[in-house]
Amino acid sequence: MSLRPRARETTEPDLHMGSGSAVSLTSVSKVYGAGAEAVHAVDNVSLDVEFGEFLCLVGASGCGKSTLLNMIAGLDKTTNGTVEVRGGRPTLIFQEPALFPWLTVERNVDLALKLRKIDRADRKQVVGSLLEMVHLTGFGSKQPHELSGGMRQRVAIARALAQQAEILLMDEPFGALDAMTRDLLHDEVERLWQDTGFSIVFVTHNVREAVRLADRVILLSSRPGRIAAEFPVDIPRPRRIESPEVGALATEITARLREEVKHHGVQT
Amino acid sequence: MAYRPEPAPFEEELAGLDALEVKTPRARSRARRIWSSLWPKFAAVGIVLLVWQILVWAHWRPKYVFPGPGAAFRSLWDDVANGRILRATGVTMERAAIGYGIALLIGSAIGIAVARVAVLRAAIGSLITGLQTMPSVAWFPLAIVVFRLSETAILFVVVLGAAPAIANGLISGIDHVPPLLLRAGRVLGARGMKAYRHVILPAAFPSFLGGMKQGWAFAWRSLMAGELLVVIGGRAGLGFTLDSARLSQDYPGLMATMIVILVIGIMIDSLLFGVLERRVRRRWGLIEATS
Ligand SMILES: Nc1ncnc2c1ncn2[C@@H]1O[C@H](COP(=O)(O)OP(=O)(O)O)[C@@H](O)[C@H]1O
Ligand SMILES: [Mg+2]
Repeated sequence: MSLRPRARETTEPDLHMGSGSAVSLTSVSKVYGAGAEAVHAVDNVSLDVEFGEFLCLVGASGCGKSTLLNMIAGLDKTTNGTVEVRGGRPTLIFQEPALFPWLTVERNVDLALKLRKIDRADRKQVVGSLLEMVHLTGFGSKQPHELSGGMRQRVAIARALAQQAEILLMDEPFGALDAMTRDLLHDEVERLWQDTGFSIVFVTHNVREAVRLADRVILLSSRPGRIAAEFPVDIPRPRRIESPEVGALATEITARLREEVKHHGVQT
Repeated sequence: MAYRPEPAPFEEELAGLDALEVKTPRARSRARRIWSSLWPKFAAVGIVLLVWQILVWAHWRPKYVFPGPGAAFRSLWDDVANGRILRATGVTMERAAIGYGIALLIGSAIGIAVARVAVLRAAIGSLITGLQTMPSVAWFPLAIVVFRLSETAILFVVVLGAAPAIANGLISGIDHVPPLLLRAGRVLGARGMKAYRHVILPAAFPSFLGGMKQGWAFAWRSLMAGELLVVIGGRAGLGFTLDSARLSQDYPGLMATMIVILVIGIMIDSLLFGVLERRVRRRWGLIEATS
Protein backbone atom coordinates (compact mmCIF):
# COMPACT_ATOMS: atom_id res chain seq x y z
CA MET A 1 0.00 0.00 0.00
CA SER A 2 1.17 3.50 -0.66
CA LEU A 3 -0.54 6.70 0.19
CA ARG A 4 0.13 8.11 -3.28
CA PRO A 5 1.11 11.65 -2.53
CA ARG A 6 -0.44 13.84 -5.14
CA ALA A 7 1.18 17.20 -5.67
CA ARG A 8 -1.35 20.01 -5.52
CA GLU A 9 0.63 22.61 -7.45
CA THR A 10 0.63 20.60 -10.64
CA THR A 11 0.16 21.96 -14.15
CA GLU A 12 -1.25 18.65 -15.31
CA PRO A 13 -5.02 18.48 -15.23
CA ASP A 14 -6.30 16.30 -12.39
CA LEU A 15 -7.43 13.02 -13.92
CA HIS A 16 -10.60 13.09 -11.86
CA MET A 17 -11.60 16.52 -13.03
CA GLY A 18 -14.38 16.52 -15.51
CA SER A 19 -15.45 13.03 -14.48
CA GLY A 20 -17.57 14.56 -11.73
CA SER A 21 -17.01 15.61 -8.14
CA ALA A 22 -15.80 13.62 -5.17
CA VAL A 23 -19.19 14.05 -3.50
CA SER A 24 -22.41 15.15 -5.16
CA LEU A 25 -25.50 15.83 -3.11
CA THR A 26 -28.65 16.37 -5.12
CA SER A 27 -31.69 17.80 -3.33
CA VAL A 28 -30.89 15.88 -0.19
CA SER A 29 -33.36 16.02 2.68
CA LYS A 30 -33.52 14.30 6.01
CA VAL A 31 -36.57 14.19 8.22
CA TYR A 32 -36.43 12.61 11.66
CA GLY A 33 -39.70 11.30 12.99
CA ALA A 34 -43.07 11.82 11.38
CA GLY A 35 -46.22 13.92 11.64
CA ALA A 36 -46.25 16.93 13.93
CA GLU A 37 -43.11 15.71 15.66
CA ALA A 38 -41.08 15.60 12.44
CA VAL A 39 -37.75 17.43 12.47
CA HIS A 40 -36.53 18.63 9.10
CA ALA A 41 -32.85 18.29 9.91
CA VAL A 42 -31.67 18.78 6.34
CA ASP A 43 -33.81 20.31 3.62
CA ASN A 44 -33.11 20.20 -0.08
CA VAL A 45 -29.35 20.57 0.00
CA SER A 46 -27.47 20.32 -3.28
CA LEU A 47 -23.72 20.47 -3.05
CA ASP A 48 -20.65 19.30 -4.93
CA VAL A 49 -17.30 18.68 -3.32
CA GLU A 50 -14.53 18.80 -5.90
CA PHE A 51 -11.67 16.34 -5.89
CA GLY A 52 -8.92 17.61 -3.66
CA GLU A 53 -11.11 20.36 -2.24
CA PHE A 54 -11.07 21.37 1.40
CA LEU A 55 -14.67 22.27 2.19
CA CYS A 56 -15.90 23.56 5.53
CA LEU A 57 -19.52 23.46 6.66
CA VAL A 58 -20.41 25.96 9.35
CA GLY A 59 -23.69 26.61 11.06
CA ALA A 60 -25.30 26.94 14.44
CA SER A 61 -25.49 23.85 16.56
CA GLY A 62 -28.42 21.63 15.60
CA CYS A 63 -28.56 22.86 12.02
CA GLY A 64 -27.97 19.42 10.52
CA LYS A 65 -24.22 19.39 9.95
CA SER A 66 -23.68 15.96 11.50
CA THR A 67 -26.72 14.58 9.76
CA LEU A 68 -25.33 15.74 6.43
CA LEU A 69 -21.94 14.15 7.08
CA ASN A 70 -23.52 10.90 8.25
CA MET A 71 -25.47 10.69 5.03
CA ILE A 72 -22.30 11.23 2.99
CA ALA A 73 -20.56 8.57 5.09
CA GLY A 74 -23.41 6.15 4.47
CA LEU A 75 -24.26 5.86 8.18
CA ASP A 76 -27.67 7.48 7.68
CA LYS A 77 -30.15 7.15 4.84
CA THR A 78 -31.48 10.21 3.08
CA THR A 79 -35.21 10.84 3.27
CA ASN A 80 -35.10 12.38 -0.19
CA GLY A 81 -32.49 13.09 -2.83
CA THR A 82 -29.31 11.30 -3.74
CA VAL A 83 -25.78 11.16 -2.42
CA GLU A 84 -23.08 10.19 -4.88
CA VAL A 85 -19.58 9.48 -3.71
CA ARG A 86 -16.63 8.71 -5.97
CA GLY A 87 -13.25 7.33 -5.04
CA GLY A 88 -14.31 4.71 -2.53
CA ARG A 89 -16.15 4.78 0.76
CA PRO A 90 -15.42 7.98 2.68
CA THR A 91 -14.02 7.90 6.15
CA LEU A 92 -15.45 9.85 9.06
CA ILE A 93 -13.72 11.35 12.07
CA PHE A 94 -15.96 12.18 15.00
CA GLN A 95 -15.73 14.89 17.62
CA GLU A 96 -14.63 12.23 20.07
CA PRO A 97 -11.70 10.10 18.90
CA ALA A 98 -13.88 6.95 19.15
CA LEU A 99 -10.83 4.73 19.59
CA PHE A 100 -11.40 1.19 20.81
CA PRO A 101 -10.28 1.22 24.45
CA TRP A 102 -9.38 -2.47 24.46
CA LEU A 103 -6.77 -2.04 21.71
CA THR A 104 -3.42 -0.30 21.82
CA VAL A 105 -2.83 2.71 19.60
CA GLU A 106 -1.07 0.48 17.09
CA ARG A 107 -3.82 -2.08 16.98
CA ASN A 108 -6.51 0.56 16.63
CA VAL A 109 -4.82 1.66 13.43
CA ASP A 110 -4.12 -1.92 12.48
CA LEU A 111 -7.80 -2.87 12.72
CA ALA A 112 -8.62 -0.51 9.86
CA LEU A 113 -6.06 -2.35 7.71
CA LYS A 114 -7.25 -5.75 8.86
CA LEU A 115 -10.80 -4.89 7.88
CA ARG A 116 -9.47 -3.99 4.45
CA LYS A 117 -7.90 -7.46 4.31
CA ILE A 118 -4.34 -6.20 4.07
CA ASP A 119 -1.77 -8.96 4.66
CA ARG A 120 -0.50 -9.21 8.18
CA ALA A 121 3.05 -9.03 6.87
CA ASP A 122 2.50 -5.61 5.32
CA ARG A 123 0.37 -4.17 8.09
CA LYS A 124 3.09 -3.59 10.66
CA GLN A 125 5.09 -1.35 8.40
CA VAL A 126 2.04 0.59 7.24
CA VAL A 127 0.93 1.18 10.82
CA GLY A 128 4.41 2.49 11.56
CA SER A 129 4.34 4.98 8.72
CA LEU A 130 0.81 6.12 9.54
CA LEU A 131 1.80 6.84 13.12
CA GLU A 132 4.82 8.67 11.78
CA MET A 133 2.54 10.80 9.62
CA VAL A 134 0.64 12.02 12.66
CA HIS A 135 3.85 12.31 14.68
CA LEU A 136 3.06 9.56 17.13
CA THR A 137 6.00 7.27 16.52
CA GLY A 138 6.88 5.70 19.84
CA PHE A 139 3.34 5.81 21.22
CA GLY A 140 2.14 2.71 19.39
CA SER A 141 2.07 0.42 22.39
CA LYS A 142 0.13 2.86 24.62
CA GLN A 143 -3.53 2.38 25.41
CA PRO A 144 -5.72 5.24 24.17
CA HIS A 145 -6.52 6.43 27.69
CA GLU A 146 -2.85 7.08 28.32
CA LEU A 147 -2.76 9.79 25.65
CA SER A 148 -4.04 13.36 25.68
CA GLY A 149 -7.19 14.32 23.79
CA GLY A 150 -5.22 15.84 20.95
CA MET A 151 -3.04 12.77 20.58
CA ARG A 152 -6.08 10.49 20.57
CA GLN A 153 -7.61 12.56 17.83
CA ARG A 154 -4.41 12.15 15.83
CA VAL A 155 -4.62 8.39 16.31
CA ALA A 156 -8.16 8.62 14.96
CA ILE A 157 -6.78 10.51 11.98
CA ALA A 158 -4.12 7.84 11.43
CA ARG A 159 -6.81 5.16 11.64
CA ALA A 160 -8.91 7.05 9.12
CA LEU A 161 -5.93 7.41 6.80
CA ALA A 162 -5.40 3.66 7.06
CA GLN A 163 -8.70 3.23 5.27
CA GLN A 164 -7.12 4.88 2.30
CA ALA A 165 -10.36 6.61 1.55
CA GLU A 166 -9.95 9.57 -0.73
CA ILE A 167 -12.67 11.49 1.02
CA LEU A 168 -12.17 12.51 4.61
CA LEU A 169 -15.22 13.68 6.55
CA MET A 170 -14.52 15.41 9.85
CA ASP A 171 -17.32 16.25 12.30
CA GLU A 172 -16.10 19.00 14.63
CA PRO A 173 -12.95 16.96 15.19
CA PHE A 174 -11.15 19.55 17.30
CA GLY A 175 -14.16 20.94 19.15
CA ALA A 176 -13.13 19.39 22.44
CA LEU A 177 -9.47 20.44 22.33
CA ASP A 178 -7.70 23.42 23.85
CA ALA A 179 -6.78 26.28 21.52
CA MET A 180 -3.09 25.56 21.32
CA THR A 181 -3.49 21.89 20.47
CA ARG A 182 -6.20 22.80 17.98
CA ASP A 183 -3.94 25.27 16.16
CA LEU A 184 -1.23 22.64 15.85
CA LEU A 185 -3.72 20.12 14.52
CA HIS A 186 -4.85 22.63 11.90
CA ASP A 187 -1.27 22.72 10.65
CA GLU A 188 -1.16 18.95 10.71
CA VAL A 189 -4.41 18.40 8.84
CA GLU A 190 -3.51 21.02 6.27
CA ARG A 191 -0.17 19.33 5.67
CA LEU A 192 -1.75 15.87 5.36
CA TRP A 193 -4.28 17.25 2.93
CA GLN A 194 -1.59 18.91 0.82
CA ASP A 195 0.53 15.75 0.82
CA THR A 196 -2.24 13.32 0.00
CA GLY A 197 -4.64 15.29 -2.15
CA PHE A 198 -7.70 14.06 -0.27
CA SER A 199 -11.04 15.76 -0.52
CA ILE A 200 -12.05 16.94 2.93
CA VAL A 201 -15.44 17.94 4.27
CA PHE A 202 -14.84 19.55 7.63
CA VAL A 203 -17.73 20.46 9.91
CA THR A 204 -17.31 23.09 12.58
CA HIS A 205 -19.25 25.75 14.42
CA ASN A 206 -16.04 27.78 14.74
CA VAL A 207 -16.05 30.20 11.81
CA ARG A 208 -12.39 31.21 12.21
CA GLU A 209 -11.37 27.58 12.10
CA ALA A 210 -13.33 27.17 8.88
CA VAL A 211 -11.66 30.16 7.25
CA ARG A 212 -8.24 29.00 8.47
CA LEU A 213 -8.66 25.65 6.72
CA ALA A 214 -11.10 25.81 3.84
CA ASP A 215 -10.97 26.44 0.13
CA ARG A 216 -14.68 27.15 0.42
CA VAL A 217 -16.95 27.73 3.40
CA ILE A 218 -20.59 26.72 3.22
CA LEU A 219 -22.96 28.34 5.70
CA LEU A 220 -25.98 26.28 6.71
CA SER A 221 -29.17 27.73 8.12
CA SER A 222 -31.03 25.98 10.92
CA ARG A 223 -34.30 24.06 10.94
CA PRO A 224 -34.61 23.29 8.17
CA GLY A 225 -30.93 22.93 7.39
CA ARG A 226 -30.36 24.62 4.06
CA ILE A 227 -27.40 26.18 2.33
CA ALA A 228 -27.61 29.85 3.29
CA ALA A 229 -24.44 31.18 1.70
CA GLU A 230 -21.17 30.15 0.20
CA PHE A 231 -17.81 31.88 0.68
CA PRO A 232 -14.74 31.07 -1.41
CA VAL A 233 -11.56 31.55 0.63
CA ASP A 234 -8.76 33.00 -1.48
CA ILE A 235 -6.35 33.74 1.33
CA PRO A 236 -2.98 32.20 0.37
CA ARG A 237 -1.66 29.27 2.39
CA PRO A 238 -0.01 28.80 4.79
CA ARG A 239 -2.56 30.72 6.83
CA ARG A 240 -2.59 31.55 10.48
CA ILE A 241 -5.80 31.53 12.44
CA GLU A 242 -4.95 34.88 14.05
CA SER A 243 -4.08 36.63 10.77
CA PRO A 244 -6.12 39.75 9.85
CA GLU A 245 -7.29 38.29 6.52
CA VAL A 246 -8.70 35.23 8.26
CA GLY A 247 -10.23 37.51 10.87
CA ALA A 248 -11.88 39.77 8.29
CA LEU A 249 -13.57 36.97 6.39
CA ALA A 250 -14.55 35.24 9.61
CA THR A 251 -16.22 38.46 10.76
CA GLU A 252 -18.16 38.65 7.54
CA ILE A 253 -19.31 35.04 7.76
CA THR A 254 -20.19 35.39 11.44
CA ALA A 255 -22.35 38.43 10.67
CA ARG A 256 -24.20 36.36 8.11
CA LEU A 257 -24.55 33.48 10.58
CA ARG A 258 -26.00 35.88 13.17
CA GLU A 259 -28.59 37.01 10.68
CA GLU A 260 -29.55 33.41 10.00
CA VAL A 261 -30.01 32.71 13.67
CA LYS A 262 -31.95 35.95 14.24
CA HIS A 263 -34.18 35.26 11.28
CA HIS A 264 -34.86 31.87 12.74
CA GLY A 265 -35.86 33.44 16.06
CA VAL A 266 -38.43 35.68 14.32
CA GLN A 267 -39.88 32.75 12.43
CA THR A 268 -40.74 30.60 15.41
CA MET B 1 5.69 3.80 1.68
CA ALA B 2 6.86 6.66 -0.47
CA TYR B 3 5.68 9.24 1.99
CA ARG B 4 8.35 11.30 3.81
CA PRO B 5 7.19 13.97 6.21
CA GLU B 6 8.98 17.26 5.79
CA PRO B 7 9.91 18.82 9.09
CA ALA B 8 7.55 21.66 9.74
CA PRO B 9 7.90 24.33 12.42
CA PHE B 10 4.86 23.10 14.33
CA GLU B 11 6.28 19.63 14.83
CA GLU B 12 8.62 20.51 17.66
CA GLU B 13 5.81 22.28 19.45
CA LEU B 14 3.59 19.24 18.96
CA ALA B 15 6.23 16.91 20.36
CA GLY B 16 6.60 19.23 23.34
CA LEU B 17 2.87 19.19 24.04
CA ASP B 18 2.72 15.42 23.67
CA ALA B 19 5.54 14.91 26.13
CA LEU B 20 3.77 17.14 28.64
CA GLU B 21 0.44 15.43 28.28
CA VAL B 22 1.28 11.73 28.31
CA LYS B 23 0.65 10.16 31.67
CA THR B 24 3.77 8.74 33.22
CA PRO B 25 2.86 5.90 35.51
CA ARG B 26 4.04 6.43 39.05
CA ALA B 27 6.83 3.97 39.69
CA ARG B 28 5.99 1.61 42.51
CA SER B 29 7.59 -1.76 42.93
CA ARG B 30 5.58 -4.87 42.20
CA ALA B 31 6.41 -6.38 45.55
CA ARG B 32 5.08 -3.33 47.41
CA ARG B 33 1.93 -3.30 45.32
CA ILE B 34 1.23 -6.96 46.03
CA TRP B 35 2.00 -6.49 49.71
CA SER B 36 -0.30 -3.51 50.03
CA SER B 37 -3.17 -5.51 48.58
CA LEU B 38 -2.37 -8.62 50.61
CA TRP B 39 -1.86 -7.40 54.15
CA PRO B 40 -5.48 -6.38 54.75
CA LYS B 41 -6.52 -9.88 53.73
CA PHE B 42 -4.00 -11.49 56.09
CA ALA B 43 -5.20 -9.19 58.85
CA ALA B 44 -8.83 -10.18 58.23
CA VAL B 45 -7.99 -13.88 58.33
CA GLY B 46 -6.04 -13.31 61.54
CA ILE B 47 -9.02 -11.60 63.17
CA VAL B 48 -11.41 -14.38 62.16
CA LEU B 49 -9.06 -17.03 63.58
CA LEU B 50 -8.73 -15.02 66.78
CA VAL B 51 -12.50 -14.68 67.24
CA TRP B 52 -12.89 -18.41 66.55
CA GLN B 53 -10.24 -19.23 69.14
CA ILE B 54 -11.82 -16.89 71.69
CA LEU B 55 -15.20 -18.61 71.21
CA VAL B 56 -13.50 -21.93 71.90
CA TRP B 57 -11.70 -20.58 74.97
CA ALA B 58 -14.97 -19.15 76.23
CA HIS B 59 -16.55 -22.65 76.00
CA TRP B 60 -19.34 -21.35 73.79
CA ARG B 61 -19.97 -24.99 72.78
CA PRO B 62 -18.33 -28.17 74.07
CA LYS B 63 -14.85 -28.47 72.64
CA TYR B 64 -15.48 -31.80 70.88
CA VAL B 65 -18.43 -30.30 68.95
CA PHE B 66 -16.78 -27.00 68.16
CA PRO B 67 -13.03 -27.52 67.81
CA GLY B 68 -10.62 -24.60 67.66
CA PRO B 69 -8.49 -23.52 64.74
CA GLY B 70 -5.55 -25.54 66.04
CA ALA B 71 -7.44 -28.85 65.90
CA ALA B 72 -9.01 -27.95 62.56
CA PHE B 73 -5.70 -27.15 60.92
CA ARG B 74 -4.10 -30.28 62.39
CA SER B 75 -6.90 -32.33 60.88
CA LEU B 76 -6.50 -30.45 57.61
CA TRP B 77 -2.81 -31.24 57.62
CA ASP B 78 -3.52 -34.98 58.19
CA ASP B 79 -6.14 -35.04 55.44
CA VAL B 80 -3.74 -33.35 53.05
CA ALA B 81 -0.97 -35.75 54.02
CA ASN B 82 -3.05 -38.90 53.55
CA GLY B 83 -4.38 -37.59 50.24
CA ARG B 84 -8.06 -37.76 51.17
CA ILE B 85 -8.76 -34.06 50.86
CA LEU B 86 -6.82 -33.81 47.61
CA ARG B 87 -8.81 -36.66 46.07
CA ALA B 88 -12.08 -35.07 47.16
CA THR B 89 -10.93 -31.70 45.84
CA GLY B 90 -10.03 -33.36 42.55
CA VAL B 91 -13.50 -34.88 42.17
CA THR B 92 -15.18 -31.60 43.06
CA MET B 93 -13.02 -29.47 40.81
CA GLU B 94 -13.59 -31.82 37.91
CA ARG B 95 -17.34 -31.41 38.35
CA ALA B 96 -16.91 -27.67 38.73
CA ALA B 97 -14.83 -27.40 35.57
CA ILE B 98 -17.22 -29.49 33.47
CA GLY B 99 -20.35 -27.82 34.83
CA TYR B 100 -18.94 -24.32 34.56
CA GLY B 101 -17.58 -25.04 31.08
CA ILE B 102 -20.99 -26.17 29.87
CA ALA B 103 -22.63 -23.17 31.56
CA LEU B 104 -20.16 -20.89 29.80
CA LEU B 105 -20.99 -22.35 26.40
CA ILE B 106 -24.75 -22.35 26.93
CA GLY B 107 -24.79 -18.98 28.67
CA SER B 108 -22.76 -17.33 25.90
CA ALA B 109 -24.85 -18.87 23.14
CA ILE B 110 -28.10 -17.81 24.79
CA GLY B 111 -26.68 -14.38 25.58
CA ILE B 112 -25.73 -13.67 21.97
CA ALA B 113 -28.97 -15.09 20.64
CA VAL B 114 -31.11 -13.00 23.00
CA ALA B 115 -29.08 -9.86 22.35
CA ARG B 116 -29.39 -10.29 18.58
CA VAL B 117 -32.90 -11.56 18.10
CA ALA B 118 -35.66 -9.24 19.29
CA VAL B 119 -38.27 -12.01 19.44
CA LEU B 120 -36.06 -14.15 21.66
CA ARG B 121 -35.48 -11.21 23.95
CA ALA B 122 -39.19 -10.60 24.28
CA ALA B 123 -39.76 -14.31 24.87
CA ILE B 124 -37.05 -15.26 27.34
CA GLY B 125 -35.21 -12.09 28.32
CA SER B 126 -36.98 -11.71 31.64
CA LEU B 127 -37.08 -15.48 32.14
CA ILE B 128 -33.28 -15.47 32.31
CA THR B 129 -33.31 -12.88 35.05
CA GLY B 130 -36.03 -14.87 36.78
CA LEU B 131 -33.94 -18.02 36.67
CA GLN B 132 -31.10 -16.11 38.26
CA THR B 133 -33.18 -15.25 41.29
CA MET B 134 -34.31 -18.86 41.76
CA PRO B 135 -32.20 -20.60 44.43
CA SER B 136 -30.57 -23.40 42.50
CA VAL B 137 -31.01 -25.93 45.36
CA ALA B 138 -34.70 -25.81 44.50
CA TRP B 139 -33.88 -27.60 41.26
CA PHE B 140 -32.47 -30.68 42.98
CA PRO B 141 -35.68 -32.61 43.67
CA LEU B 142 -36.58 -32.34 39.99
CA ALA B 143 -33.01 -33.14 38.89
CA ILE B 144 -32.96 -36.25 41.08
CA VAL B 145 -36.32 -37.41 39.76
CA VAL B 146 -35.26 -36.92 36.17
CA PHE B 147 -31.60 -37.93 36.28
CA ARG B 148 -31.52 -40.15 39.41
CA LEU B 149 -28.55 -39.87 41.74
CA SER B 150 -26.03 -39.22 38.99
CA GLU B 151 -23.33 -36.85 37.87
CA THR B 152 -25.82 -35.49 35.38
CA ALA B 153 -28.16 -34.40 38.17
CA ILE B 154 -25.36 -32.38 39.76
CA LEU B 155 -24.17 -30.89 36.46
CA PHE B 156 -27.74 -29.99 35.52
CA VAL B 157 -28.13 -27.83 38.60
CA VAL B 158 -24.67 -26.32 38.35
CA VAL B 159 -25.35 -25.29 34.75
CA LEU B 160 -28.79 -23.92 35.66
CA GLY B 161 -27.17 -21.91 38.43
CA ALA B 162 -24.35 -20.41 36.40
CA ALA B 163 -25.65 -20.04 32.83
CA PRO B 164 -28.27 -17.29 33.46
CA ALA B 165 -25.73 -15.03 35.15
CA ILE B 166 -23.28 -15.54 32.30
CA ALA B 167 -25.95 -14.91 29.68
CA ASN B 168 -27.13 -11.79 31.49
CA GLY B 169 -23.61 -10.41 31.72
CA LEU B 170 -23.16 -10.84 27.99
CA ILE B 171 -26.57 -9.39 27.14
CA SER B 172 -26.07 -6.27 29.21
CA GLY B 173 -22.55 -5.90 27.80
CA ILE B 174 -23.87 -6.03 24.25
CA ASP B 175 -26.74 -3.67 25.11
CA HIS B 176 -24.36 -1.09 26.51
CA VAL B 177 -21.82 -0.92 23.72
CA PRO B 178 -21.36 2.83 23.15
CA PRO B 179 -23.14 3.74 19.89
CA LEU B 180 -20.16 5.89 18.92
CA LEU B 181 -17.91 2.83 18.84
CA LEU B 182 -20.43 0.97 16.70
CA ARG B 183 -20.48 3.85 14.26
CA ALA B 184 -16.69 4.08 14.25
CA GLY B 185 -16.61 0.37 13.49
CA ARG B 186 -19.10 0.76 10.67
CA VAL B 187 -17.04 3.53 9.12
CA LEU B 188 -14.05 1.18 9.19
CA GLY B 189 -16.09 -1.52 7.49
CA ALA B 190 -17.03 -3.65 10.49
CA ARG B 191 -20.59 -4.65 9.72
CA GLY B 192 -22.57 -7.78 10.54
CA MET B 193 -20.42 -10.59 11.93
CA LYS B 194 -17.31 -8.45 11.70
CA ALA B 195 -18.93 -5.84 13.90
CA TYR B 196 -19.52 -8.59 16.49
CA ARG B 197 -16.01 -9.89 16.30
CA HIS B 198 -14.12 -6.60 16.28
CA VAL B 199 -16.37 -4.18 18.14
CA ILE B 200 -19.38 -5.57 19.98
CA LEU B 201 -17.90 -8.59 21.74
CA PRO B 202 -14.68 -6.87 22.83
CA ALA B 203 -16.71 -3.91 24.04
CA ALA B 204 -19.02 -6.24 25.96
CA PHE B 205 -16.16 -8.14 27.57
CA PRO B 206 -15.97 -6.33 30.93
CA SER B 207 -19.65 -6.94 31.56
CA PHE B 208 -19.33 -10.53 30.33
CA LEU B 209 -16.47 -11.04 32.76
CA GLY B 210 -18.68 -9.71 35.56
CA GLY B 211 -21.34 -12.25 34.55
CA MET B 212 -18.75 -15.02 34.48
CA LYS B 213 -17.60 -14.12 37.97
CA GLN B 214 -21.14 -14.10 39.29
CA GLY B 215 -21.83 -17.32 37.41
CA TRP B 216 -18.89 -18.94 39.13
CA ALA B 217 -20.25 -18.01 42.55
CA PHE B 218 -23.61 -19.59 41.64
CA ALA B 219 -21.93 -22.67 40.18
CA TRP B 220 -19.84 -23.21 43.30
CA ARG B 221 -22.83 -22.92 45.62
CA SER B 222 -24.93 -25.23 43.49
CA LEU B 223 -22.13 -27.75 43.34
CA MET B 224 -21.71 -27.86 47.13
CA ALA B 225 -25.46 -28.28 47.60
CA GLY B 226 -25.41 -30.98 44.95
CA GLU B 227 -22.61 -32.92 46.57
CA LEU B 228 -24.45 -32.84 49.90
CA LEU B 229 -27.70 -34.08 48.38
CA VAL B 230 -26.62 -36.34 45.55
CA VAL B 231 -24.25 -38.98 46.82
CA ILE B 232 -22.67 -41.13 44.18
CA GLY B 233 -20.72 -44.20 45.30
CA GLY B 234 -16.97 -44.03 44.73
CA ARG B 235 -17.11 -40.34 43.77
CA ALA B 236 -16.60 -38.51 47.04
CA GLY B 237 -16.31 -34.77 46.53
CA LEU B 238 -15.86 -32.05 49.13
CA GLY B 239 -19.59 -31.85 49.84
CA PHE B 240 -19.74 -35.55 50.62
CA THR B 241 -16.58 -35.30 52.76
CA LEU B 242 -18.23 -32.52 54.71
CA ASP B 243 -21.35 -34.51 55.39
CA SER B 244 -19.54 -37.73 56.22
CA ALA B 245 -17.35 -35.83 58.72
CA ARG B 246 -20.55 -34.71 60.44
CA LEU B 247 -22.00 -38.22 60.43
CA SER B 248 -18.82 -39.76 61.82
CA GLN B 249 -18.57 -36.93 64.38
CA ASP B 250 -15.17 -35.92 63.02
CA TYR B 251 -15.72 -32.24 63.83
CA PRO B 252 -12.14 -31.07 63.23
CA GLY B 253 -12.42 -32.78 59.83
CA LEU B 254 -15.69 -30.91 59.19
CA MET B 255 -14.00 -27.61 59.96
CA ALA B 256 -11.01 -28.54 57.82
CA THR B 257 -13.22 -29.33 54.83
CA MET B 258 -15.10 -26.07 55.24
CA ILE B 259 -11.81 -24.21 55.20
CA VAL B 260 -10.88 -25.93 51.93
CA ILE B 261 -14.25 -25.04 50.35
CA LEU B 262 -13.96 -21.43 51.43
CA VAL B 263 -10.37 -21.09 50.23
CA ILE B 264 -11.11 -22.58 46.79
CA GLY B 265 -14.07 -20.24 46.35
CA ILE B 266 -12.03 -17.20 47.34
CA MET B 267 -9.03 -18.19 45.23
CA ILE B 268 -11.01 -18.58 42.04
CA ASP B 269 -13.02 -15.46 42.70
CA SER B 270 -10.13 -13.18 43.51
CA LEU B 271 -7.13 -14.79 41.87
CA LEU B 272 -8.73 -15.78 38.59
CA PHE B 273 -11.64 -13.38 38.07
CA GLY B 274 -10.32 -10.58 40.26
CA VAL B 275 -7.00 -10.46 38.45
CA LEU B 276 -8.65 -10.68 35.02
CA GLU B 277 -11.07 -7.93 35.92
CA ARG B 278 -8.34 -5.62 37.16
CA ARG B 279 -6.29 -6.24 34.07
CA VAL B 280 -9.20 -5.35 31.79
CA ARG B 281 -10.10 -2.26 33.80
CA ARG B 282 -6.51 -1.08 33.76
CA ARG B 283 -6.18 -1.62 30.03
CA TRP B 284 -9.38 0.32 29.37
CA GLY B 285 -8.24 3.10 31.66
CA LEU B 286 -11.09 2.57 34.11
CA ILE B 287 -8.64 2.54 37.02
CA GLU B 288 -5.31 4.27 37.43
CA ALA B 289 -2.35 2.18 36.41
CA THR B 290 -0.84 2.13 39.89
CA SER B 291 -3.87 1.76 42.13
N1 LIG C 1 -31.62 10.48 15.60
C1 LIG C 1 -32.31 11.64 15.62
N2 LIG C 1 -33.62 11.63 15.89
C2 LIG C 1 -34.34 12.78 15.92
N3 LIG C 1 -33.83 14.00 15.69
C3 LIG C 1 -32.51 14.08 15.43
C4 LIG C 1 -31.68 12.92 15.38
N4 LIG C 1 -30.42 13.30 15.10
C5 LIG C 1 -30.46 14.64 14.97
N5 LIG C 1 -31.71 15.11 15.17
C6 LIG C 1 -32.14 16.53 15.06
O1 LIG C 1 -31.75 16.99 13.80
C7 LIG C 1 -31.22 18.29 13.90
C8 LIG C 1 -29.81 18.33 13.32
O2 LIG C 1 -28.95 17.58 14.15
P1 LIG C 1 -27.40 17.46 13.86
O3 LIG C 1 -27.21 17.02 12.47
O4 LIG C 1 -26.80 16.63 14.92
O5 LIG C 1 -26.94 18.99 14.02
P2 LIG C 1 -25.48 19.59 14.18
O6 LIG C 1 -24.47 18.52 13.94
O7 LIG C 1 -25.44 20.69 13.18
O8 LIG C 1 -25.39 20.14 15.57
C9 LIG C 1 -31.25 18.68 15.37
O9 LIG C 1 -32.35 19.51 15.54
C10 LIG C 1 -31.43 17.38 16.09
O10 LIG C 1 -32.19 17.57 17.22
MG1 LIG D 1 -22.97 17.73 15.21
